[in-house]
Amino acid sequence: MPPMPRTLAQKLWDSHVVETGDAGNEPDLLYVDLHLVHEVTSPQAFEGLRMTGRRVRRPDLTVATMDHNVPTRGGARAADELSRKQMEVLAENCEREGIPLHQIGSRRQGIVHIIGPELGLTQPGMVIVCGDSHTSTHGAFGALAFGIGTSEVELVLATQCLPQRRLGDLAVDVDGELPIGVTAKDIALGLIGRVGTSGGVGHLVEYRGSTVRALSMEGRMTLCNMSIEWGAKAGMVAPDDTTFKYVERRPHAPRGSAWEAALDYWRSLPTDVDATFDREIELDATRLSPFVTWGTNPGQVVPITGRVPSPASDTDERAMRYMDLRPGTAMADIAIDRVFIGSCTNARIEDLRAAARIIHGRHVHPKVRALVVPGSTTVKRAAEDEGLDLVFKAAGFEWRSAGCSMCLGMNPDILAPGERCASTSNRNFEGRQGAGGRTHLVSPPMAAAAAITGHLVDVRELF
Amino acid sequence: MEPVVRVSGRMAPLDRADVDTDQIIPKQFLKRIERTGYGPFLFYDWRRQPDFVLNRPEHQGAAVLVAGANFGCGSSREHAPWAIRDAGFRAVIAPSFGDIFRANSFKTGILAVSLPESQVRHLIDLASEDPTAVIEIDLEAQQVRGEGFVYRFEIDPFVRECLLNGLDEIGLVERHAAAISDYESKRMDWLPAIKS
Repeated sequence: MPPMPRTLAQKLWDSHVVETGDAGNEPDLLYVDLHLVHEVTSPQAFEGLRMTGRRVRRPDLTVATMDHNVPTRGGARAADELSRKQMEVLAENCEREGIPLHQIGSRRQGIVHIIGPELGLTQPGMVIVCGDSHTSTHGAFGALAFGIGTSEVELVLATQCLPQRRLGDLAVDVDGELPIGVTAKDIALGLIGRVGTSGGVGHLVEYRGSTVRALSMEGRMTLCNMSIEWGAKAGMVAPDDTTFKYVERRPHAPRGSAWEAALDYWRSLPTDVDATFDREIELDATRLSPFVTWGTNPGQVVPITGRVPSPASDTDERAMRYMDLRPGTAMADIAIDRVFIGSCTNARIEDLRAAARIIHGRHVHPKVRALVVPGSTTVKRAAEDEGLDLVFKAAGFEWRSAGCSMCLGMNPDILAPGERCASTSNRNFEGRQGAGGRTHLVSPPMAAAAAITGHLVDVRELF
Repeated sequence: MEPVVRVSGRMAPLDRADVDTDQIIPKQFLKRIERTGYGPFLFYDWRRQPDFVLNRPEHQGAAVLVAGANFGCGSSREHAPWAIRDAGFRAVIAPSFGDIFRANSFKTGILAVSLPESQVRHLIDLASEDPTAVIEIDLEAQQVRGEGFVYRFEIDPFVRECLLNGLDEIGLVERHAAAISDYESKRMDWLPAIKS
């Protein structure tokens, strides 16, 4: 009998089962190939280990970075005592357990989901976890990657394993050529607008179709990054030549004969032709436009050519009040105060290039304060080598150092109450970028265009 | 962990959908390195609004938070269920939950119970009309009970067993040490590992 056709997700799952769960009770026990750690969700986990006399089982499969709290200017010293303490504690924990750490101020420091791929630590076929919901980013390489809580961080530190229940397989098929000015971010926002913020709960998502195949690794990372925003456990893209080309020759990529062996294996991972999914969603890329959120969750989104809709629920009404918007207002008439280009969603080199192309030779609107925060020190260096920093600075943008920054405002980069921001980040929740701040999620070119014009605007008008 | 068998008490109705973890506990309170003491920061920004439902005296001391669909969507911060626990709640009932929040709640000993929309609506209305109404969540029987109603709920059998017996999940996984070592010996040798 031929083997059962399987999806990419099923293959990733099967190859990591340490112990199959018994029928009704214990779930499968999955092995974790890479555990990424940062300063905010790990201190209590390390403390738990200490209190129970446990050690980190595989420090060689664990990598730490400082990202959430780090200042993006003024050197390596955090602005407040608590942030400083949290980073010190991470450094102590890593030192004691022999975990490699990319400290603030070091060459490779950056947002955890940006440095993993950069270092070649993120590879096809792996199971990757991190105490951060945007771990789904790594799925872009054909890995099973998802966020976990602090208790699970402790469990993985101690055992390198995680008990997990199998989930449904969901295919998102995106076909056709993306129109000019439409990016991977717009695929994600358009999708969430259609299926809602809980549309993917309980599923492992595979993004497929010609549009996804044509995306760069950066675009695929943006798309997978936003999987959690519609509730999916993980999002992934089957590995192909685009993936292999990105991984090849990175610091931790296999070399020589190991590279050939890895390639053979990675080519076996894509979903078999006859495999079936529990659910399928189809998206016509040719009909997408640049999207912008109007509300306080990523599902409250319309094309930039659209208007603030009539509220359909209490949630909509509350969001509209918080955002100080009225139904029928044209999105392009909404003035903004701030622009943030950054975050694990959209702060890779390609994102900065796309924004710089719009900004080149123009100037930030006098009423707008605009910020670029590269996703990693490596991205920052690459951008400076290309002269992108000069483009941004000449236009009046602030050019900062790497970190999560204004995506969640754990460092001093926050919105003042009432300020309105066009942001390339992933969440427009109330107060996310600062208490009382109002966030409109957009792509990097759309954020750049808003910075220039002083209001939300269709970037295609600036081409 | 302490076993969790039954939760009983009054309800606090939070009639909102898509309550995200940034609302449950804003980022500025994630800088602490302790596992407890998060109670004062629960719904921090909303509690600054005088008409916020949880500020009402009749809902103080409630044991069960009843909320709208997709409760706890957003980030992986376990500080969210820590804050709910530290503020005195022992359970959250909602039509659905964010996956990571639900998993984190169980690890914290908070019962995250899903009931159909219509039953949650009944509980929210009941708590609003009669804040003294008491319900009991019985994990063993998988029931939410109150005066005149019994609602059955489903829960992962492994999670249920861990909660009922107060099992240490790390200890449970460590029982598989031989299988873990065996798996490790067969992993492909090109997989990244970092010598420190």
